[in-house]
Amino acid sequence: MTLRVTLFSTCLVDLFQPNVGIATVELLEKLGCEIDFPPAQICCGQPAYNSGYLHEAKPAMIHLLETFQHAEYIVTPSGSCALMLKEYEHVFQDDPKWHAIAKQVASKTYELTQFIVHVLGVTKIDTSLSGTAVFHTSCHMTRLLGAKEEPKLLLNNVENLTIQPLTGQSQCCGFGGTFSVKMGDISAEMVKEKVEHIKQVSPDYLIGADCGCLMNIGGRLSREQQTIEVLHIAEVLNQGMEG
Amino acid sequence: MPLKIKSGPFKQRLAFELNNDFMRKAVSSAQDGLGVRRDIATDQLGEWEKWREAGQEIRQHTVNNLAHYLEQFSEQATKSGAHVFFAKDDVEATNYIKQIAERKNAKKIVKSKSMVTEEIGLNAALESIGCEVVETDLGEYILQLDDHDPPSHVVVPALHKKKEQIRDVFVEKLNYKKSADPEELAKHARYTLREKFLEADLGITGCNFGVAESGSICLVTNEGNARLVTTIPKTQITVMGMERLVPTFEDLDVMVSLLTRASVGQRITSYVTLLTGPKKQEEVDGPEELHVVIVDNGRSKILGTDFQEILQCIRCGACLNVCPVYRHIGGHAYGSIYPGPVGAVLTPLLDGYEDHKELPYASTLCGACTDVCPVKIPLHSLLLKHRQKIVETEGKAPISERLMMKAFGFGASTNSVYTGGSKMAAVSLKILLKNKQSISNGPGLLKEWTNSRDFPTPKQSRFRDWMKEREGTKND
Repeated sequence: MTLRVTLFSTCLVDLFQPNVGIATVELLEKLGCEIDFPPAQICCGQPAYNSGYLHEAKPAMIHLLETFQHAEYIVTPSGSCALMLKEYEHVFQDDPKWHAIAKQVASKTYELTQFIVHVLGVTKIDTSLSGTAVFHTSCHMTRLLGAKEEPKLLLNNVENLTIQPLTGQSQCCGFGGTFSVKMGDISAEMVKEKVEHIKQVSPDYLIGADCGCLMNIGGRLSREQQTIEVLHIAEVLNQGMEG
Repeated sequence: MPLKIKSGPFKQRLAFELNNDFMRKAVSSAQDGLGVRRDIATDQLGEWEKWREAGQEIRQHTVNNLAHYLEQFSEQATKSGAHVFFAKDDVEATNYIKQIAERKNAKKIVKSKSMVTEEIGLNAALESIGCEVVETDLGEYILQLDDHDPPSHVVVPALHKKKEQIRDVFVEKLNYKKSADPEELAKHARYTLREKFLEADLGITGCNFGVAESGSICLVTNEGNARLVTTIPKTQITVMGMERLVPTFEDLDVMVSLLTRASVGQRITSYVTLLTGPKKQEEVDGPEELHVVIVDNGRSKILGTDFQEILQCIRCGACLNVCPVYRHIGGHAYGSIYPGPVGAVLTPLLDGYEDHKELPYASTLCGACTDVCPVKIPLHSLLLKHRQKIVETEGKAPISERLMMKAFGFGASTNSVYTGGSKMAAVSLKILLKNKQSISNGPGLLKEWTNSRDFPTPKQSRFRDWMKEREGTKND
């Protein structure tokens, strides 16, 4: 049976990383899903919410709830945005109408690798990428959403790819949404240390599952004129077989 | 307010600390070392998550029933011969302690480590009436010698100092002539402090836990100085934050097991001291008079609010030891004796938002603090609650930010605005950037990003455009 997946591409993917969205669509289709992309979707509201602007974030949240309420599965290539969608349930605790919808939406929302492993039951995808890589475990995705093992499982099964250990792997890269500009000086020091650790390994690829972190670390790698290629896990898994 | 340790705006403090390479190296290597030790110690214990749950339950239960346990503790302590005094704030607490010092004609005072006495500014108060107050915890002693450099960590107060710096302080203040070898430094401090213990009229301690069922005071230390503070002077004063109780000894067992492991990665510290009342007739040492000063100083205001869980804190410092922000800015940048995630939550509650409104934003909300907390305080959620309060009820957010967020709220819920706006942004940035792939010197807020990182340019063909085109082709 074909699963109908409603894709939440996230605003970062829409504006800055369309290639990640494209890889997500192609990957899910290869895995037998049918993709639905409601064009009304915009942003999960996290930039405002995490800065303390609940009042300003709510319209964005309601807009997404309206957009996604009838979906069967909501899949997003971002642990952080998936977490935010699940957070709506708490935000609308005292609002019976939206709380009920938020609860439904939360139960149907999956980060991409969680969806592949737990709903599709797939842990090995026929794909190959030659070289070495380090994986950046995003904080929201691993600590708060709890998607720790899924990306590792999928990456370990990519042919010809060696995932190497990274010092301070679980340490935040310093993105933190608006933190990166509100506390730019601290954020800079955090990402510099992250990049130092990556350079120690000197891998071919830096792989992550959240575009925010990848933009941050990638931005620093680019500033330091490093040739390490930054890839979203969807892009890795959508490589196909080499040769 | 003694809670505050540095003046000047947050950004200024930050710039100063970020340039302090010495401190930053000291803090990051301490974090790494403590992290390894913590993981080993918690693994050895096994079922760490269950221990955390047990700790959370004990502390939540205690805080939920704080009035009851305070009454029980006070009754039992009094029964055992201690004098219990409830101080509503720093002034009441320090006045009471000053009165005792005056009554006892105490000139020389030894102290063991205590954060709450820092919070109420006790040393300065006692010095103002002519007492000599000597800190006997090695870290605190170093800081006191170094012209009262404030602590930068709740457990390891001199974490920001290198041994060479400590040697310099000893050379200047103690006529020390030996090397920067920690053992030699400690030996010298011990030698100097031994004299101070022997001549002290009054001993002052903090309190890790008060045991309600017996009125006992529990002190968890590594250096043995608290034992000397509580055995040699004839009078002892113990100062305790009002929330630092556990109901029973059985609960204490759980809490100490959590505290030493979460804090410094030890299965147990060298000394765990339990004191019930002053010296009994048949006992050979201990104080003849014991006072327990229970300090409120803003804590009871937190009860029943969204922030109540912060009162579960046992001051283990584990959240400081994992915080990636604390790692780079150190304790002093927070401007409070309570730094790190716990400090960023607690300080504005105890001392108001006015001087501390940046603290809740000094976090990426990465959740490392919440994950490590041995009593499961949702620290990152409490930081977020502070942000909401600062923006929505306190109205302390900058106007430019408020306007930007208003625009965000509108744009992120109105399709025509988002679609049109994002298209326009891509086009205008493209022109501005002369077709470069990324921005290396952005204007306004973007500058905060591009100071250290390149920023990608928005793509002229957004993901949604690709999707639309694809749907179109499919339907053809």
